[in-house]
Amino acid sequence: MSVSISELAARLAKAAADRTPITRLTDEFPELDIPMGYRVQRALRAETEAIAGWKLGLTARAKQAQVGVDSPIHGFLPAAGALDIGEPLETSAHIQPRCEPEIVFVLGRDLEGPHVTATDVLAASSGVAVGIEVLDSRFVDYGFTMADVVADNTSASRFVVGTPIPAEGIDLRLVGVVFEKNGRVVATASGAASLGHPAAAVAWLVRRLAAEGGGLNAGQVVLSGGLTAAVPVGPGDVVTATIDRLGTLELGCC
Amino acid sequence: MTTPVEKARALYAARATRTPIPPFTDAEPRLGMADGYAIQQELTALLVADGDRIVGHKVGLTAAPMQQALGIDTPDYGPVLASTVYRDGDVVPLERFIAPKVEAEIVFVLGERLEGPGVTVTRARAAMAGVVAGMEIIDSRIADWRIKLADTVADLASNGAMATSSRIIPVGELDTRLIGMTLTRNGELVDTGAGAAALGDPVAVVAWLANTLGEQGVALEPGHLILTGALHAAVPLSPGDVFRAEFDRLGPVTVRVA
Repeated sequence: MSVSISELAARLAKAAADRTPITRLTDEFPELDIPMGYRVQRALRAETEAIAGWKLGLTARAKQAQVGVDSPIHGFLPAAGALDIGEPLETSAHIQPRCEPEIVFVLGRDLEGPHVTATDVLAASSGVAVGIEVLDSRFVDYGFTMADVVADNTSASRFVVGTPIPAEGIDLRLVGVVFEKNGRVVATASGAASLGHPAAAVAWLVRRLAAEGGGLNAGQVVLSGGLTAAVPVGPGDVVTATIDRLGTLELGCC
Repeated sequence: MTTPVEKARALYAARATRTPIPPFTDAEPRLGMADGYAIQQELTALLVADGDRIVGHKVGLTAAPMQQALGIDTPDYGPVLASTVYRDGDVVPLERFIAPKVEAEIVFVLGERLEGPGVTVTRARAAMAGVVAGMEIIDSRIADWRIKLADTVADLASNGAMATSSRIIPVGELDTRLIGMTLTRNGELVDTGAGAAALGDPVAVVAWLANTLGEQGVALEPGHLILTGALHAAVPLSPGDVFRAEFDRLGPVTVRVA
């Protein structure tokens, strides 16, 4: 490739810093594939001071089929991306923010290994919570290929996590999910929307990280995959994610 | 132009022969909701005269995307006929239908008579015997589902058949908005949803139906089944398919397609 991985990472970082989207990288560099995309993402991670955890993307089977892949993708969560409960999202600090509801796992202990299953994930989690992820693609109008979006850290930007509760006795597959914007229901789902079971999605992540010699650390959070389509937000909007048994989380935008 | 009775007879024949007809709105683009219900009433009378009976009602177009697609801001309804009700696990023969699709729905069983106007969500909740997991098979006697509002309303709101679980769960403290649902076909996840997809709350669907029927002096009767609308996009079915809708707190309902 005529351009270095670090150069591509720098372009993405600059787009975020300038709040100016760029055209997708694969237009200029058609040789950029998904493994190279992950190398760009790792270069971005190396420049990030602290990591709060991880996130999954493309966990809906229907969406995977649409783009012709059969596995999810993952990205990292910069600690600086965390919004506190009640803290508004400053939309002017972003390019084109979109929100989606998530089930969030909070790790109670380290978890790694190539054979980790959903059961291990549940056992290692100190709690689960309702979350809202704010996506903000660095590409014009979210126009990207898989390799592009992997390089762009799966559009990760901000996130907010509600109060975690123990997962014991909750069938996360069946919990109802209601996503509202300005008081209107925009989408519903159940937990199964993420890879059939959100804990299975996290287990996939752990196995994937194991292949790179990594894992999850105690205290990290994992956003287990958007449960509905992402909703664009602007100043004055309020989005509300309600997940049965986990509670409600609201994010106001200014 | 044909009369509502003639249109009802055309639909009646289409049902009997499984041969779809062109949309009424092709020849009469001005047909509206009221025309649709006039035809529906005539068609229902024809079917009841054959020995069928009304055991409940379905409410359709309860999801915002469906309403937008048809350019309306209200649901529609139609009767549920005894001959179309299946039990959990039953085999449903495909040859009954023309272009069937399946939808997972929350279904209420009325415990008390409920007559509008003035029925609130609270009153509707109190009138329920309980709630069950449901699946509706929708079908269109109008060719290729090329329906406008009057067409689908006339065609019994595109109802084809239904199945419910047999365990009636008391509504009690259930938050029906938050009941999660997964739909699988042959064990593979097809879609998910939650109760709020139906008009924000499935109980609100029942209140809307009671108030709308109340304007015509019709009441919801004890034992009636009320289908409250799809929680996801409808899925076409093929012979050999096994569809399973599982609802949080309500359990599963299964339909096998032959």
